[in-house]
Formats: sequence, structure tokens, C-alpha cells
Amino acid sequence: MKPRPSSRKPLRAIFAAPAAIAALSIVALVAALTGDGWRDALSWVGLAIPVLTVVWAMKARRT
Amino acid sequence: MVHKWTSLVCTIFLLMLCITGLPLIFHHEIDRLSGDAPEFGMPGVGSSSNAPGLLPLDTMMAKALAARPGEVPLFMAFDNDQPSMTITTGPRPDAKGPEMTVQVFDRSTGKQLGQEDDSGVMHFLLQLHTDMFLGLPGMLFLGAMGLLFTAALVSGVVLYAPFMRKLDFGTLRVSRSRRLKWLDYHNLLGIVALAWMTVVGVTGVINTLANPINKLWQRNELSEMTREYAGKGAVPPSRYGSLDKAMAEARTALPGNNPQFIGFPGGTFSSKHHYAVFFQGDTPLTERLLTPALIDAETGAFTAARSMPWYNKSLSLSRPLHFGDYGGLPLKILWALLDLFTIVILIPGLYRWLGKRQASPAAHVREVETGGIAVPAE
Repeated sequence: MKPRPSSRKPLRAIFAAPAAIAALSIVALVAALTGDGWRDALSWVGLAIPVLTVVWAMKARRT
Repeated sequence: MVHKWTSLVCTIFLLMLCITGLPLIFHHEIDRLSGDAPEFGMPGVGSSSNAPGLLPLDTMMAKALAARPGEVPLFMAFDNDQPSMTITTGPRPDAKGPEMTVQVFDRSTGKQLGQEDDSGVMHFLLQLHTDMFLGLPGMLFLGAMGLLFTAALVSGVVLYAPFMRKLDFGTLRVSRSRRLKWLDYHNLLGIVALAWMTVVGVTGVINTLANPINKLWQRNELSEMTREYAGKGAVPPSRYGSLDKAMAEARTALPGNNPQFIGFPGGTFSSKHHYAVFFQGDTPLTERLLTPALIDAETGAFTAARSMPWYNKSLSLSRPLHFGDYGGLPLKILWALLDLFTIVILIPGLYRWLGKRQASPAAHVREVETGGIAVPAE
């Protein structure tokens, strides 16, 4: 996708991705607290999302 | 301009917290690498259990006191995974931190494994991170910085909306100007790490309230549990009864759970007359939520057991959520990466701190509204 400097985005569009990342982070933070095993693995996946998002942006959204 | 002022004040302290916090995430691993791993008589048997072969608590206490003649017991703490345990002694029942001596023992052999000392880089970093060597005022000050940090996060999210009006999520304009590059990184890293930073920030603030929270528990809950002892004088250490008898009594009151530590009479975790045996819950979630069983230190009779109030429970849950030590090494590594993100987020704020940029508030508003295109005059 190319940046579209003329279009103004609604709030929902601006916060869709951030809200999803935040929700996953919270699930991750709580999951590991409630037990071990797959709950730990879930927390690793959930908290890896913010890191991977930045890696993705550095590759796909650099202008 | 809330974002500017809240972050202006807390940036430098947050940077200190992030930098000292980074090695502290791996505190346990670093300690293990730098010291020799002790060889236990019964490896894998937790000292908190009552497995056969573990030595009586009275025997362990006698060894600890023999090594510190004239001192009195303050704490005895257990491990769920290994037979190691610690015994803390001091000159008086209400001795403060610097007067205490913490000895580490192997409960399966009775051997002293060493003493915890306050020297070393990790201890220095921990002190700096907790209270900057200023005790309670330092702790509360850093708590206030944490609150400002939370306000900066909220105001940052508010600014994110107008800034991103015309930009796609994740846009990094790296080739136009250094300023724009840092601004875009600040926004992206800030928004993806938002939930984590909020949780670590808020739980950090709760951790700074540990002392007041504990005082509150002692004054309200504990004094209510020991009301019938209210008029009695303190039990002198010479009249302390058997720890093993007390522990058996406590285990009968709270069956199926293992103790985390015993607070001795006169200390911050007990009354003047009781052994307070703090039990962990029996599920992973409740393991951190402690329930004290109070045993009359003189007679060994059970007095009361009651789970901790909500303010102690939130403190107990705030610890893992702040330290990141509850989901194995991968979680710690992610904690470190997100901590590094936070350091990068702080860098533009640090520039402002160093007075590199002076521009009118109106120019800053224009900058945010245009997504960073209109650069304030410098």
C-alpha cells in the first residue's frame, strides 16, 4: 500500500491495528500468570507481536 | 501539551529505570552464571515441602543462630524447587534491613551454602532501580515518576490520532529528515508497546507502595486477627517455641499448601506474639497470593488464618507483571526487547530535555496535525 496523503482516516481505522496489538498483549501478559505450558507459549506469541510488527514496518513501510 | 510536560519530568528517571531494569530482568540467570551452582543433598526436593529426609526446622534454626551468636531469628524462607532455604537473623526482633544477615542453607544436608551479601553490581542496580539509595522517599518518588509516565502514555495515545490521520499504520519515513525518522519510530514503537508499557508502569507504581501496603495490613488485618493478644507484651526470643510444631499446626489449618516464608514475632510481617507462616496457593495463579497462618510463638497453638486483603493481593500480582519472571526465558527476552523499545521511545524526549529544540506551542500543534510534515522553526 502506498501512503495516501490526501485521505483523512476515521478514528476506527487509525486505532484498529493498535487496539488489536494491545488486546493481544494483555491476553499474553495474563496467560502466563494463570499457568505453565501452553499458557506460557501463548504469552510468547502475544508479546512477540509488537516486536514482529516493528520488524514488518521496517521492511514494508519504510519510505 | 500534557504529553510534553509529563514526559519532560519523567524522561530522565525512566531512562535510568529502563537501563538498570534491563540486566535486572536476567537477575536470576546472571546470579547463577556468576556463582557456583550449589550441589544439594536431595536435588529437586523443595525445602517448602515436608518430604522425609529434610531436616527439622528447629535444627536449621539452631545452625543459623550458632553462626550468629547473640542474634534473634527474623525470617525463614523456603524454595519450591530445591532444598535450599534462607534464614535471616538480626540483633533485635524489629531489626531493619542493613542490620540483617541472610544465610543460605541446604535443608537436606544442613550445610550452610553461603551468605547473601549487599555488594556486587546486581545489588547496586537493584537499589538504584527501587529507591535510588534513598529508602522509602526514593521509592515513592519513583512511584510518582511512574504515574507521570502513565499520564504521558495516555496523552501520547491522544496525540497519535491527529498525527496518523493521513498516514498508514506503521509508516516509517526514514529518508526525509532525522527528526521525522525519530518521530515515526517514536510513534510506532510507542503504540505497539503501549499495553506492555502501561502494565509494567502501573505495576511498578504499585511495587513502590509495598511498604505502606504492608503497614496497612499490619495495622488493620493483622491486629484484628490477633485482637486477644492486644494487651500482652512482646514474647522474648528466649521463649520462642518449636518451629516444627508450629509448622505442623499451620499445615493442619491450611492443608495441601506449602509455606513460602515464616515471619517471626516483632517483625514487619507478624505480630509481637506469633510465627506468621505465609502459605502459597495450590494453583499457578494462586501460588502468588499468600495466606498467613498465625501460630502462637510461645505455645505453638493456632490463632488464625486469613487470606490477604485486596491491596496485598494486587501487590503480589504486580511483582511478576513488573519483573516478567513468570513465563520462562522467552518471556524474559521479550521483556528485554520491549524495554529496549521503551529506551528508543524516550530518545526524542531526551533531546527536548537537553534543550536542543525550542519552538512555540502553536508550531508543535501544527506539526502533530500534519503528521510531522510542518517542522517547527528551530
